[in-house]
Amino acid sequence: MAHTAEAHGDNYLNHEKGLWSWMTTVDHKRIGLMYLASVCFFFFLGGIFALIIRLNLMHSGHPVVDANTYNKLMTYHGAIMVFLVIIPAIPASIGNFVLPMMLGAKDVAFPKLNLASYYIYLAGATFACLALFLGGADTGWTFYTPYSIRTGGGVILVIFGAFVAGFSSILTGLNFIVTIQKLRAPGLTWNRLPLLLWALYATSIIQVLATPVLAITLVLLIFEHVFKVGIFDPALGGDPVLFQHFFWFYSHPAVYIMILPAMGVISEIIPVFSRKPIFGYRAIALASFGIALVAFIVWGHHLFVSGQSELANFVFSLLTMFVAIPTGVKVFSWVGTMYKGSIRFNAPMLYALGFIELFTIGGLTGVFLATLAIDVHLTDTYFVIAHFHYVMVGGTIMGFVGGMHYWFPKVTGKLYNETVAMWAFISIIIGFNLTFFPQFIAGTEGMPRRYWSQLPEFDLWNTLSTVGSWFLLLGFLMVAWNMIKSAKSGPAAGDNPWRALTLEWQSKSPPPHDNFGPTTPTVTHWPYEYKGANV
Amino acid sequence: MNSVMSKAYGKAAWGLPLQGSDVAVTWDHLYWFLFWLSVFFFILVVGGMIYFAIVYRKKEGRKTKYIVDHHALEAFWTIIPTILLMAIFGWGWSVYKKQIHAPTDAMEIRVIGKQWLWTFQYDDGRTEASKLVVPLGKPIKLIMTSQDVIHSFFIPNFRVKQDVVPGMYTSVWFEPKVAGEHQVFCTEYCGTSHSGMLAKVEVLEPEQYELWKAGKPYQVTGVKTPSSDLLAAAQSSARLANAKLPLPDQGAKLVQAKGCTACHSIDGSAKIGPSYKGIFGHEQELLDGTKVTVDENYIRESIQKPQAKVVKGFNPVMPPYTKDMIGEEDMNAIVAYIKSLN
Ligand code: HEC
Ligand SMILES: [Cu+2]
Ligand SMILES: [Cu+2]
Repeated sequence: MAHTAEAHGDNYLNHEKGLWSWMTTVDHKRIGLMYLASVCFFFFLGGIFALIIRLNLMHSGHPVVDANTYNKLMTYHGAIMVFLVIIPAIPASIGNFVLPMMLGAKDVAFPKLNLASYYIYLAGATFACLALFLGGADTGWTFYTPYSIRTGGGVILVIFGAFVAGFSSILTGLNFIVTIQKLRAPGLTWNRLPLLLWALYATSIIQVLATPVLAITLVLLIFEHVFKVGIFDPALGGDPVLFQHFFWFYSHPAVYIMILPAMGVISEIIPVFSRKPIFGYRAIALASFGIALVAFIVWGHHLFVSGQSELANFVFSLLTMFVAIPTGVKVFSWVGTMYKGSIRFNAPMLYALGFIELFTIGGLTGVFLATLAIDVHLTDTYFVIAHFHYVMVGGTIMGFVGGMHYWFPKVTGKLYNETVAMWAFISIIIGFNLTFFPQFIAGTEGMPRRYWSQLPEFDLWNTLSTVGSWFLLLGFLMVAWNMIKSAKSGPAAGDNPWRALTLEWQSKSPPPHDNFGPTTPTVTHWPYEYKGANV
Repeated sequence: MNSVMSKAYGKAAWGLPLQGSDVAVTWDHLYWFLFWLSVFFFILVVGGMIYFAIVYRKKEGRKTKYIVDHHALEAFWTIIPTILLMAIFGWGWSVYKKQIHAPTDAMEIRVIGKQWLWTFQYDDGRTEASKLVVPLGKPIKLIMTSQDVIHSFFIPNFRVKQDVVPGMYTSVWFEPKVAGEHQVFCTEYCGTSHSGMLAKVEVLEPEQYELWKAGKPYQVTGVKTPSSDLLAAAQSSARLANAKLPLPDQGAKLVQAKGCTACHSIDGSAKIGPSYKGIFGHEQELLDGTKVTVDENYIRESIQKPQAKVVKGFNPVMPPYTKDMIGEEDMNAIVAYIKSLN
């Protein structure tokens, strides 16, 4: 690609200078980085709450906080991790950075809207955090009625914060759909679209269709709280279970807002580090949409013991089984991709392998919970906690951190330290399994969730789990240190250190302000053409 | 016969709770099927991944094979899981029906959940708090509702759970085959003392059950929940953790932790119950017009049997806190605390 001499030193980081230039930027790369910083901040905040929760549960009878504080901590841990970390983590930070570049575009379709989304996210986060100082909230992140209507404190603010943050998600989804539809480079046909983009497309559809339902639900909840209208509160003639239907009508699809992008990241990493085409490209792309579709018709599996009818339970259990099919197809295809490859164990690949291990456990235990009779015993125990942490942290966060390492050279133009990255990964994978595997056993034995104090008979599992959380802390601190230090003083990476074939790697590292300079790249082959000189 | 019956039901094995009923036995079969199937798939996927990672690791001169897909293989790993999943669904459904359909001759007991206490009402008018007494080997159907927010009634040993929802009746049933104590948890988050909302099912041998019915002393024989004295234990250790504090401060923490503050203020303003401020040593007018002086004994009775003397102007809604729930040491701390608010 032709670059003018003066364009060489010019990149998106130094194109404009000063804090103000960041705050007013419409460059998708800078916005992606601002999201990344915010998401990481909230990840550490939510993580600190989790560490206190674990400390509190380490030995029965030795609480470190009182019951009311504990209930607020578990609410904040959940609400922050779901609404401010995992939902925006991959689409809004990594997605924002790489999506236009993978398309060969100069920016997203609506750059100003993109910046607005970021500020809406910040506003939502601010409201939610304000509540911390105004009495807090103790409802759990699920805000179940009628408890959430009766309890005091800042619960309305937290709900309002989630409501506002939802718009950021809707607008980002909209922006991505239009960008993928309209701004593909010449030659980038649908059959050549990288799998991350297929995943982000499917995610965006869910974001646009499901999030408004959450918005309406939360508005009704605020109405109920303030005006006592009697929608959810049985004391006023309302139906508390109705809230659960509304809530999960959003929050189940939201689970796929969280995991699909991570699956996209894994689908990019594995072929690059196996030097082989992705196995079953079409099946994986289709599976993303299959999952997005099924996502909308399985919410009732959260209500198997809520008093929902037998017929509803029959249907929702049956439909939920279908989630496992496209999910299985993806996992099998990733492993299939490694067959007869030439595998490199750089950090992104380690995280991809970690993802497969953890996500497989998360997925298989999901089948337990989809099975009606089994769920009756396991629901609302630590089995469920373990299951969704395997999926959301073992899946999404692994994908996120793997992606962070993978695109680090593109974003910064530097290489991270591979040795530190490997030890961080080892600490995380050991810590993760130590933290969450014992919770499956405790849950099967009947240990309930959201308990400030647990019975002594579960002490062994609780102690193991708490010790595991320290390894997780250590691992994530190493990741943070590695990233910050390498961004400052890492060795130069070159434009394409992984020799990847997707478009973003054909640009400079770090990329210029307009991504590809004056020329628009043209695509002549699909992004997994690992043959001949490309291997 | 009963001892034979008990033998057929195993101890808690391999991370599963004790099998307390036929449903639990059936449930465990399905659970183990899923467990071993999962182990198989885990080894297949993760074992395969590790195998490939080792065998196909990067090596000088290694040529990779250009494979993009394989339709037969893809069809295979779509169809086989589909068949398995449908079978699992069907099995799950059949066990579920056993789990939720009580036999028609089941004995009915009414359950009320309220923050943070379970109460049980029998047909003959008897009531129990935090303790559900049932005869061995008889099907029991619980008809449940909540007085305030959603709770959930969970007995791990019987593998049953059902939400308890205000404004509607839900039910759960079990046929206990093992005498002794079985743990009950509240498994729907319900506020401050959610984790203290525990109870136990006491499954009695027929003679003992008759004694209980007659209001006479009876004995619980058979299994003990490892945590049958858990509340006492948890609380006494919480007390130990607090032991360095002066007594009134311990009391202050306790009324927080026990959820008393939901109904009682300390600033003189009435909430659902009267404020603690300045009541000690003062006269309190009761519902029936009589007056009592608030002293240690009155406070203790107000906590253990709130309905015995109801303060005028308030509804008798305070849940009783049994000795199991507030031990003597804690009681002293609470009294000292209320005293200190004068
Ligand atoms: C559901 C609300 C509620 C909860 C929870 C509650 N109480 Fe009460 N309490 C009341 C009400 C209402 C009264 C007044 C009616 C009565 O005497 O029964 C009362 C009365 C009392 C009294 C007598 C006060 C007087 O002025 O005569 C004491 C002492 C007391 N409660 C202590 C406690 C303690 C200690 C706890 C926690 C372990 C507690 N309460 C939990 C509602 C509650
Ligand atoms: Cu769900
Ligand atoms: Cu509860």
